Amino acid sequence: MKWRPVAAIVLRQWYLMRGSPTRVLPIFAWVTIDIVLWGFITRYLNTFTNGGINFVPRLLGAVLFWDFFTRVMQGVTTAFLEDIWSRNFLNIFATPMSTTEYVSGLVITSIVTGLIGLTIMLALATGVFGLNFLSYGLTLIPFLMTLFLFGIALGVIASAMVLRLGPASEWLVWPMPALLAPFAGVFYPLSTLPSWMQAIAHLLPPSYMFEGMRAVVNGKSFAASGLVIGLLMSVVYVILAAWCFQWIYRYTVRSGLLARYSAESTG
Amino acid sequence: MLINNPSHQQDAVALSVQHIGKRYADINAVDNVSFAIRHREIVGLLGPNGAGKTTIINMILGVLEPSAGNIQIEGFDIRSQRASALAHTNFAAVYATLPGNLSVEENLRVFGLIYGVRHLQQRIDELLQQFDLVHFRHTKCGVLSSGEQTRVSLAKALLNNPSLLLLDEPTASIDPSAAKTIRESIRELTVKNHCGILWTSHNMYEVEAVCDRVLFLSHGRILLEGDPRTLPQQHGAATLEQLFIDIAREPLSYSQGATT
Repeated sequence: MKWRPVAAIVLRQWYLMRGSPTRVLPIFAWVTIDIVLWGFITRYLNTFTNGGINFVPRLLGAVLFWDFFTRVMQGVTTAFLEDIWSRNFLNIFATPMSTTEYVSGLVITSIVTGLIGLTIMLALATGVFGLNFLSYGLTLIPFLMTLFLFGIALGVIASAMVLRLGPASEWLVWPMPALLAPFAGVFYPLSTLPSWMQAIAHLLPPSYMFEGMRAVVNGKSFAASGLVIGLLMSVVYVILAAWCFQWIYRYTVRSGLLARYSAESTG
Repeated sequence: MLINNPSHQQDAVALSVQHIGKRYADINAVDNVSFAIRHREIVGLLGPNGAGKTTIINMILGVLEPSAGNIQIEGFDIRSQRASALAHTNFAAVYATLPGNLSVEENLRVFGLIYGVRHLQQRIDELLQQFDLVHFRHTKCGVLSSGEQTRVSLAKALLNNPSLLLLDEPTASIDPSAAKTIRESIRELTVKNHCGILWTSHNMYEVEAVCDRVLFLSHGRILLEGDPRTLPQQHGAATLEQLFIDIAREPLSYSQGATT
């Protein structure tokens, strides 16, 4: 893998953001709104518990983690969709750049935008609503890694889906995190779910992470194997997503879909 | 087919297309096409809309896989040595303008990095000068006129000093004066850089002025091949444009001499 094509994809995103406030705003606007909204909800709920249960790490913490995952996923897909919106596929894919280099560029872009979003969320949740993220201890690292890796995997799969189904399928990308949220047990233990939903939940790395988060917040012990499983599962999903993108890319080259993205005709 | 004796002329070949075909369900978009382009040679790919020109170009660019045959650029197979083959190639097409939300210089820098161009800033400055784009350096491509956008696409196409250049109607949106300048600079390029060029155009005057050789394509097959200045007379047509019209209307009359 060569670094220059990867840098080109990242640089392209930098140029786009530098010249367009409407692209910069979503990096922090939605997460800010979410933290503010849930911050006040948790503050209100805490008034009923008389200092008993603290909803801040339970609900606001969960929102923060889930928004981080969503930002990472959308960081990949948004960077990919830029090439759809600007009808740039032929220019991009008729170059010596490999799909690995291209996807790596999307992922690095997502790391940067995801970290910006995370920093803003942490500052706001800690400074305004008193979330003490240090209360998660060292488990914070595997928590974030699990969500980050699964966000990357889902972003790459969503991009592959758009590549295969065409630009109109873009509307399927945005609700993906919302569709997964009920299964991932973001706000409640998996035991709350019916067994068929639990079965799906066990296939989702974030469900292990959120179970761990609740155990830490409640001061209970939890099996580290759950975190390891979630993390390993995320790694496997990243590998599968990369393979899926490559497979679909080859299919679009074989079938003519890729050429038709840009060319007005197959004449 | 151009290469009668490949062993003698292997070094001079920039592009070798051998028996390629592209089939969609029961339609043959391209059927058993073979040709080659040498360094310093400009080959015109002519034919009516739907003849298969863009399909052939897409297969050479590696964005469309042939159903049959193989393509080599500078000896590298486009299927198995894609990166090496495309490192020696570039293209400009009317349907593939550069992203309008980046400036001219930003676009050239992004694609320069993708193609691994050395001394990139210097190369960008040269191309901005060559295509009279210095004043538009910081202008977003989307607000340029179509002619100016075409010049930016051509500048992008020359970034990596390609051995093989694919130009799909490169002067379609350009005024006659600018088109003449561009034709001259591309012609010069073949001499200076030893570049081979595949050129599609519906402007037969341009084809006669620029191309060393033309391939007439119809229904995915090459029907005629030869010098654009002598080919019309050989086939009883007054001009190249008349020959084009005759082939487009009655391809069967020419299919006997198909050079596949």
